[in-house]
Amino acid sequence: MGAILKEYRYTPAKIERGYSGKSLYINVADLRIEEKEVTDFMKEKFTGGKGFDLWYLWNAVTPQTRWNSPENEIVISVGPLGGITQYSGTGKSLVCSISPLTDIPIDSNAGGYFGPLLKFSGWDAFELQGKAEKELLIFIDGNNGLIEIEEAEEYPDDAHLLAEELTRKYARDEDDMVNVSVVCTGSAAKHGYMGLLNFSFYDPRRKVVRFKQAARGGLGTVLNDKKIKALVVKYKGVTPNLNNAADISTINKVGVKYHKQMHDLDSKQNAMRQIGTANTVMIMSQYDLLPTRNFQTGGDPEVVNISPEVFINEWLTQGLHDGCWYGCTMSCAKCADHFLLTTGPYAGDRVTVDGPEYECVAGLGSNLGIFDPQAILEENFYCDTYGIDLISFATCTAFIMECYQRGQITREQMGGLDLRFGNSDAVLELLHQMSRGEGFGRLAGLGIRNLKKIFVEDFGADPQLLEDIGMEVKGLEYSEYAHKESLAQQGGFAMATKGPQHDEAWLIFMDMVNKQIPTFEDKANALYYFPMFRTWFGLVGLCKLPWNDIVPADNHKTDSPAKVPEHVQNYVDIFNAVTGQQIDKDELILQSERVYQFQRVFSVRMGKGERADDYAPYRSLGPVSREEYLSRQELYDQQLRDLQGLDPENMHLDEKIARTRSYREDQYEQLMDAVYRRRGWTSNGIPTPERLKEIGMDLPELLEVIKPKL
Amino acid sequence: MIKVNTDDYPWQSGMTVRNLLDEKVFTFRHIIVRVNGEYVPEEEYENHVIQDGDDVIVLHLMAGG
Repeated sequence: MGAILKEYRYTPAKIERGYSGKSLYINVADLRIEEKEVTDFMKEKFTGGKGFDLWYLWNAVTPQTRWNSPENEIVISVGPLGGITQYSGTGKSLVCSISPLTDIPIDSNAGGYFGPLLKFSGWDAFELQGKAEKELLIFIDGNNGLIEIEEAEEYPDDAHLLAEELTRKYARDEDDMVNVSVVCTGSAAKHGYMGLLNFSFYDPRRKVVRFKQAARGGLGTVLNDKKIKALVVKYKGVTPNLNNAADISTINKVGVKYHKQMHDLDSKQNAMRQIGTANTVMIMSQYDLLPTRNFQTGGDPEVVNISPEVFINEWLTQGLHDGCWYGCTMSCAKCADHFLLTTGPYAGDRVTVDGPEYECVAGLGSNLGIFDPQAILEENFYCDTYGIDLISFATCTAFIMECYQRGQITREQMGGLDLRFGNSDAVLELLHQMSRGEGFGRLAGLGIRNLKKIFVEDFGADPQLLEDIGMEVKGLEYSEYAHKESLAQQGGFAMATKGPQHDEAWLIFMDMVNKQIPTFEDKANALYYFPMFRTWFGLVGLCKLPWNDIVPADNHKTDSPAKVPEHVQNYVDIFNAVTGQQIDKDELILQSERVYQFQRVFSVRMGKGERADDYAPYRSLGPVSREEYLSRQELYDQQLRDLQGLDPENMHLDEKIARTRSYREDQYEQLMDAVYRRRGWTSNGIPTPERLKEIGMDLPELLEVIKPKL
Repeated sequence: MIKVNTDDYPWQSGMTVRNLLDEKVFTFRHIIVRVNGEYVPEEEYENHVIQDGDDVIVLHLMAGG
C-alpha cells in the first residue's frame, strides 16, 4: 500500500430529483480538491451527463490545449436519471476529454457501477485535471465522505489484475465487493493513443470483477498521461429511490411495463439476453454490412464459424443475470467464463472474458479476416486488460493488413510480423507489443491518421491509396459496419461530431433496405432527428440498447416504428418523474440539440468541426479497388445504368470504378449540404447564430468562436 | 411486377410473403410486413399470397447499432 498523500473530508450532498447539486474537482498536480455547485444554468443548458462533462471541459481548456496538456481534463458524470433501478440500462457513466486521436472533445460511455456510485457519493460530476509527478490512486468513500489520494506505483498495470486487487483492498469482505467500482486503463495506454477506460463492477455470481468500457478516443491514454492508476468509488446502500424522484410511482409503473416486454418479447426479437449485441453478426453478413478485410466487402461464407449460435453454444455462459447495473432486465453483458489464455503474459490462466459484443466479433473477427471464436475471445480479453479500444485497434489493424496485402508496407517494416488477413497469431503478438511498447506495436497504437503519414513519409506508400482505405475521420477509426450502399450512414459516420462512431445514427436499414428516406432532405431529417435523440441518452445517464433492441408488440401500428414512440414516451415520463419537470418529446430533442450544437462549436474552437473535417475516406462511399467492384459487379453495373444512364458493357473496369466514384462523391457533397441546412449550419458546417438563438444557446463564448467563421 | 420497399420486383403466381422474404434474404427477425398498407402478422407469412401489382413494405426495425 502506498502512502496517503492527501485526505479530504466532505459532507455527501443529498440527491434531490436526480441531482446532488455538487461536482468534484481534483487537480492531481497540486492535489487540490474542491467542491463546485451544479448551477441551474448548467441544468437548463446542459441537462447533465455528457452535457456537464463538455461544459466543464470547455471551461478548463483553451484552443491551444492538446490531449497531454496539463489543463486537459477527464470529466465523468452520470446524469439525472443515472442510478434508478426500476428501468433497464440506467447505469451509464459519460466521459469527456480532449482526445489524443482527434484533438477535439471525445465523449464515450460505459456501464459498470462507477457513475451511479459516484452520484450516490454526492457528486453529479467528477473533473480530473493536472498531471501528477508519480502514479496516484484516488479513492472516494461515499458513505463516510472521504477522499484519499494515494501513491500507486506498486500496483499492476493491467486492468483485470488491478481492479481485482483494488476491489478487494477497499471491500470489507466478499459481500462488500459489489459496493466498489474501479476506473482504470491498462499497460498499452502508456504507449499508444487508443487507450480506453475500464469501468468495473463485481459479479457476485461468478465472483469476479468485470468491466464495461468507455473505449473511444483515447481516454485511457489521457488518464495514463496524468499518471492516475485508478479511480475508485465505494458506496454501500443502493436502494430504489436514492435519486429522490419527484414521482416514484410513475417510474415503478413504467419500469414494470418495460420489464414485461423484455420478458415476453426478447426471445422473439433480438435475443439480447442470450448473446447481447453480437446477435446481429450473421444478419449483418447476410445484408452485406459485416465489415470484412478492412471494409472491402460486407460478409464472408466463413462467418458461420463466429455466428451467435457458436458463441451461445460453445463459449458464453447462459442463464445468469448479466446486467451491468442493478435492475437491467436486458441483461446483455454476456461473458465467457474459465477461458484459457494461450498467448502473452497470462498464457495458461483461466479468465472471464467480458463479451464478445458485436463490435468485437466484427472488428477483431471478420474485419481482420479472422473467423476463429477462440482467437476473437483472446483478442477481446487482451484489448480490455491492456486498455486498448478494440474498435480503433481492429480498424487500424485492418488498415495495416490491407497496406501489407497491397505491397504498401513490408513484413520487415513491421518488424517481422506477418500481418496478413486471418493471421490471429500475428494480431495477438501485435497486441502484446502494444502492451510492452515495443516494435511495430508502438507504431500501430498511434492510430490510422498517424500511420498514414508514417507509411507515406518513411515507407514510401501511395498517399492516395492510403487516404482511400484508411477508415478514419477526424483521426478516429470507424466502428464496425460496412455501409457503402447507405448514403445516409456515410453521413452518419463522417458527419458525427466526435468522429465515425455509430452512436449518433445507425440508418442503414431505414436507408438501404427499407428505402424510407430516399431524398437528400429525408436523409437530412434522419441525420437531424436520430443524432439529437440519441445524444439525450448521454445527457441523462441511460443506455441506448433498451430503446430499440426490444420494442412493444404493437410498435408496428405506430406512425414511426423506427423511433419506437412508446419507449420515447417512457423516457419522457421517467425524466419528468425523476426531475419533477414537465418536458415532452420535443423538449427532449431540444435538450439534446443544445448539447449537440455546443459540442460542434467546441470542435470548431479546437480547430476542427468544419466541412473539411466531415469528409469520408472513399472506402466508406464506394468500391476503391477492382476486386471490390467485381465482388458486387452486378449491383454497381446496374447503378451505372439506372443512376447515370451509362452502358457498363462498353466500359473498362477502371472507367466504371471512376464513374461510380465521381457520382458517389457528388452525392455525398449534396448530402452534406442538406444535412448542414437541416442542422442549422452554414455551408461550411458552422452552427449559425440564428440557430443557436432558437435553441437558447446563443451564449457569448459560443458566438465568439463562430463569428470569425461566418 | 410488384413493389418491394418502393423498388420493382418480379411477381410469381402463388408467391407468399414467406417466399418473398426468403428470395430477398430478408433474414432479420425484427421486421414488419405491410401489403398494400395492411399489416401482415408473422403467423400469416406462409399463407398470405401476394397478388400481381401489390405494394409490399418490409420494414426492418433497427435504427440502433
